[in-house]
Amino acid sequence: MASQGQQSLWIIWFSFFIAFVLAVIALPPWLLWVRPEWPALVLIYWTIALPHRVGLLTGLAVGVALDAIEGAVFGQNAFSLMVMALLSLVLYQRLRVFNALQQAATIFLLIGINQLIGQWVQNLQGRGTQSLLFLLPALSSMLMWPLVLQILRSVRRKYHLA
Amino acid sequence: MLVVAGLITADLRYNSLDTTRSFLDMLTTPIYWIADIPARALDWGNTNIQPRSELIERVEKLDRENLVLEGRSQQMSALRAENVRLRSLLNSAALLQDDVLVAELIGISPDPMSHQLVLNKGAADKVYIGQPLIDAEGLLGQVVVVSEFSSRALLITDATHSIPVQVNRNGVRAIAEGSGNLGVLEIGHVAATTDIEEGDLLVTSGLGGRFPVGYPVAVVSKIERDPGQAFATVQAQPSAALDRSRYVLLVFTAQSAASE
Repeated sequence: MASQGQQSLWIIWFSFFIAFVLAVIALPPWLLWVRPEWPALVLIYWTIALPHRVGLLTGLAVGVALDAIEGAVFGQNAFSLMVMALLSLVLYQRLRVFNALQQAATIFLLIGINQLIGQWVQNLQGRGTQSLLFLLPALSSMLMWPLVLQILRSVRRKYHLA
Repeated sequence: MLVVAGLITADLRYNSLDTTRSFLDMLTTPIYWIADIPARALDWGNTNIQPRSELIERVEKLDRENLVLEGRSQQMSALRAENVRLRSLLNSAALLQDDVLVAELIGISPDPMSHQLVLNKGAADKVYIGQPLIDAEGLLGQVVVVSEFSSRALLITDATHSIPVQVNRNGVRAIAEGSGNLGVLEIGHVAATTDIEEGDLLVTSGLGGRFPVGYPVAVVSKIERDPGQAFATVQAQPSAALDRSRYVLLVFTAQSAASE
């Protein structure tokens, strides 16, 4: 059983690793504003699927790692991803039975909150925008959610993560 | 939540996490390496799968360019000698030539609001914090985080960056602030009566001691003088190809070499 737990831990961290790579991969300038929040999506999925294993502490760890990767202020992503984990923990029972449309709407809201928090911390630092473009990832993340859901669900079933 | 609040304060107010950051940067560099693979493959494809005729054409063009540059550098040595003589006549310190190190870009900041580059040279190559970064056309920015094998540089257009400049034509000094927009620098606090025109080249003034003197920074692109305001609104376009350079030069300034 212990080795099973070890293995699932590795798989979860590997999925975050892929999300990190996707989060920094070079994109053409006009796509930069639309980049989906991959780590947040992966975190939300694991929190919904395995709420007893993935939660606030995972959010904190992933967030700090993402801050280091992005060169953001330490705490920016840690803060928003912890909030993501918290909200997913509160919502997971509902999210599991939601249909695709309801799920998409919830993801839109969650990532929107994620972006607002990020923007707030960036304003503390003195950089931030007047435009609402920073909310675009909420839309793109919402569109990418079914894909993330399908991939991670098939991974979870294949390796019997619980 | 308290932990996070602590982190944000520690980083923003007290800069007390710099060593942690450079350590974590070292751990996360592989992620940038992996994310860079597609671009690298494309680059490889572009250079290796090219018709022979195009390559020949390119070599010829580079040969011509090289000839022109060599011709100019012949004059350079004479001019430099003359400059040193004149400076010694004036009793001022000699301008030393700066050493450079070529670095390759392995990543850019994924956040469109923060203009940062990740470079493939780090402490192992003696890169230091505050080191200026240039490309073929002008100043790019400065190094802000150094880890063992990579470093992170802040571009001059980042909203948190400012750089002391002077107008090349007449020496008027100013501060060029990043606007958060890759094509625009804002020149703050220029009195409405200052002699500054569109098309003026702004070069580093060397004040502040961080950037060496005389590297081109930007060209003034827009001036608005409103008689009701004490200051003119001046915008400039960076000379360096901020979003296109793949290879950049890290400058070891003469001062930093002298102080070591």
